[in-house]
Amino acid sequence: MKREKKLIFEISKPGRKSYSLPKLDWIQKDVSDLIPEKLLREKPPELPEVCEIDLVRHYTELSKRNHGVDSGFYPLGSCTMKYNPKVNENISRFKGFTKIHPYQWEETVQGALQLMYEMNDYLCEISGMDYITLQPAAGSHGELTGLMVIKAYLNHIGEGHRYKVLVPDSAHGTNPASAAMCGFEVKEIKSNARGCVDIDELKAQADENTAALMLTNPNTLGLFEEDILEISEIVHQAGGLLYYDGANANAIMGITRPGDMGFDVVHFNLHKTFSTPHGGGGPGAGPVGVKEKLEPFLPVPRIEKHSEKDFYYLDYNKPLSIGRVRVFYGNFGVITKAYAYIRAVGPEGLKKVSEYAVLNANYLMSQLKKYYFLPYDRCCKHEFVVSGKKQAKHGVRALDIAKRLIDYGYHPPTIYFPLIVQEALMIEPTETESLETLDEFINAMKQIAEEAEKTPEKVKNAPYTTVVGRLDEVTVARKPKTRWTRV
Amino acid sequence: MDFTPHTEEDLRKMKMAIGIEKIDELFSDIPEEVKFKGKLNLPEGVSEQELVNLLKQLSQKNTTTEDYINFLGAGAYEHFIPSVIDHVISRSEFYTSYTPYQPEISQGMLQAIFEYQTMICELTGMEVSNASLYDGASALAEAVEMACNFIGNKKILVSRTIHPEYLQVVKTYTQFRDIEIIEVPWVKGNTDLEALIKNLDDKTAAYVIQYPNFFGIVEDLDTLQTRVEKNNALFIVVADPISLALLKPPGDFGADIVVGEGQSLGNPLQFGGPYLGFMAAKKKLIRKMPGRIVGETKDVNNVRGYVLTLQTREQHIRRERATSNICSNEALCALAAAVYLTYMGKKGLRAVAEQCLLKANYLYENICKLEHYHKVFDGPFFKEFVVKTDHDVEYLNKELQKHRIFGGLNLERFYPELKNHLLVCVTETKTKQELDYFLARLEGIV
Repeated sequence: MKREKKLIFEISKPGRKSYSLPKLDWIQKDVSDLIPEKLLREKPPELPEVCEIDLVRHYTELSKRNHGVDSGFYPLGSCTMKYNPKVNENISRFKGFTKIHPYQWEETVQGALQLMYEMNDYLCEISGMDYITLQPAAGSHGELTGLMVIKAYLNHIGEGHRYKVLVPDSAHGTNPASAAMCGFEVKEIKSNARGCVDIDELKAQADENTAALMLTNPNTLGLFEEDILEISEIVHQAGGLLYYDGANANAIMGITRPGDMGFDVVHFNLHKTFSTPHGGGGPGAGPVGVKEKLEPFLPVPRIEKHSEKDFYYLDYNKPLSIGRVRVFYGNFGVITKAYAYIRAVGPEGLKKVSEYAVLNANYLMSQLKKYYFLPYDRCCKHEFVVSGKKQAKHGVRALDIAKRLIDYGYHPPTIYFPLIVQEALMIEPTETESLETLDEFINAMKQIAEEAEKTPEKVKNAPYTTVVGRLDEVTVARKPKTRWTRV
Repeated sequence: MDFTPHTEEDLRKMKMAIGIEKIDELFSDIPEEVKFKGKLNLPEGVSEQELVNLLKQLSQKNTTTEDYINFLGAGAYEHFIPSVIDHVISRSEFYTSYTPYQPEISQGMLQAIFEYQTMICELTGMEVSNASLYDGASALAEAVEMACNFIGNKKILVSRTIHPEYLQVVKTYTQFRDIEIIEVPWVKGNTDLEALIKNLDDKTAAYVIQYPNFFGIVEDLDTLQTRVEKNNALFIVVADPISLALLKPPGDFGADIVVGEGQSLGNPLQFGGPYLGFMAAKKKLIRKMPGRIVGETKDVNNVRGYVLTLQTREQHIRRERATSNICSNEALCALAAAVYLTYMGKKGLRAVAEQCLLKANYLYENICKLEHYHKVFDGPFFKEFVVKTDHDVEYLNKELQKHRIFGGLNLERFYPELKNHLLVCVTETKTKQELDYFLARLEGIV
């Protein structure tokens, strides 16, 4: 099984080609007539030269060396690796969605604008917010956008001195990174023994310099912040705003809404909650929702509807807006898939999604805690975190458990996150997995726990079934080789 | 539609194992006051058949670039997309995977990105590339922040010939960071070199030029390189990747960071997204770069393999001290770009670039022969050009629309001083008949 795969450059042979282009015999001019020589390239770029079948086999072979949701169970915590419906792929490829230029006149893109306008409405309803922007391209881009909106609002009301953003120690790394990118200082809030925000610590930290608290609810331990109303009151009393990281929104649709919990700003990850594929690391989409008072600060353009004329248009006239966070209007192709998903499952379907996501997580947790240490033994939401602490006594680390799971045919859970759990394994099954799949996974985890005790070396040297074994990540980071060069 | 699998029997077993009677009990930790009562006010769910019809109808409300002849460009380009691309990116092992955190089962995506990075380095003439960013504009904003971090200064010179929306994004990103953005004016469609040199001092972190610029003009980086004296500021170039098959790469002119929009490499117009921003740089900047970077390494058996490397730059390790907050990038769009570059290859990409150049020039020469259309700018251009017309541009475009043509971009939208100026884009997709038809329709406007 183990074998090196040639790079496309190593398959290349001068003279081979895939491309074909129409003849250009009706133009007599030459490149050198039009561009001065000093601006012309002397040596062509080293691009591969292959015929089409070589290309197709190369990438097909590469795809076989990759694991996706379609290959098998993918319980990667905080990433919501649910099934990506095929119909959405077809829909997003309708030529009426792909072959439209962003600068076409509004009357020629009414379908696209209507879709985005309605998507805004749907996301408002699901989140309990008043206004949405679809512009951000990913969750962390949404965070940055949301925080800039907060900053602009605070400046506008004369509270621009507020420099602190509070972030729980269980938060995603993007939260503090986004806050820093927006010029805020990050203050970490410790979690309490129940895995939630420590109220006393929050009270001590929230003051006249607090701009916002960023909170994921349910949090990254998969636990619902039960004190959310008190948290909201403390932050608002101090004059700060409440930011909702929607990475875990798959747990709450139709059950509770960030807007009703007191959040002022929300971002969604359409590639998590709304079933759009993760694409090997994007494209995603990170729409941001806000309460009314923050609306003037959202990015431009906004999508509006002229009700009488039944006409959709782009509104750039928002003088207090933070500006644009990208070109054009958002990851439209991703938004199309998420829109189709919402229309397909409807309001009852969305609630069922969250119910089953939570049911699946609680079922898995109830079985896995027999073999793994469960640091927070209480009802979870859509995900939970176990610790490899027991296995660590035999020298088997969370990383080893993850690698051994690969041999059983699974993508491993998120490991070593959240940082507050030792040897963390963060597991999110999602609602689309069947009881049989969950049981098989439980069985694999049970066997690995046994192996860790009886034959720890077997786990520590895993994986055995993959195209490569464990890779040396240290040497490459010291002396990175990030591109191919001809030898 | 319903994508959940549980039968009544499954539900019963699972609830029993957990020790609950009703699923509701799993939500008892949510305070009653914030529980959502009733049903979300959304359209009822539908079958697949209904869904397809519904979305088909919505999509048909749009007029496509197949229905009309399109001359709009300005940062989103209609290039031919070979069939193989969609077949490759539709391999679900690629598109249903996520960020390759577990390299042993992600070698496919990792190797594809490693190859993509190589191609981007080759095109730009740079030493290192990352695995992609959101789009060209946010890539530029990241490059600006990277330059400020690296140099330790907070003054940036940006030519007004870069895409105006890119400039807007840079301003948005930097507005709360005390970064000073100085706009450098243009003369005859080219960056005013004198103004650039005048503003460039030892407080400058970087200067930004687009190549070819927003007006389509190939800025004279050769003269710029000789005129700009040695200084610490980084030279950032925003480039069109297809043009780089023909033009001397920015690396040859001493660029430190090259960013740009990769959409034109095999990604559809799609109303503006998803696209991909590329970023390449000199090696000395690699530890300040944002986003994922793939590196080559060996496994325990000395077999070659690929991993995400230099992760200590990134948010999931470094948190508030990370080089950027970016997590998800645009991997699948980068894969499409790599497949496109593989398909076109060394010779094909150059042939595409030549067709763009020659066809655009054919149209330009002939438009300028018409009575009401005038040359205004100097300098060679690639696939876009500016003409001034005696007509009102809005009126002109309305007239063209009657003849199933998306005319040019009204430049007044971004440059108030360019009233009656039109930005026209011609790619290899245009035929002689289409160009002649466009010319005839332009001539016919009164």
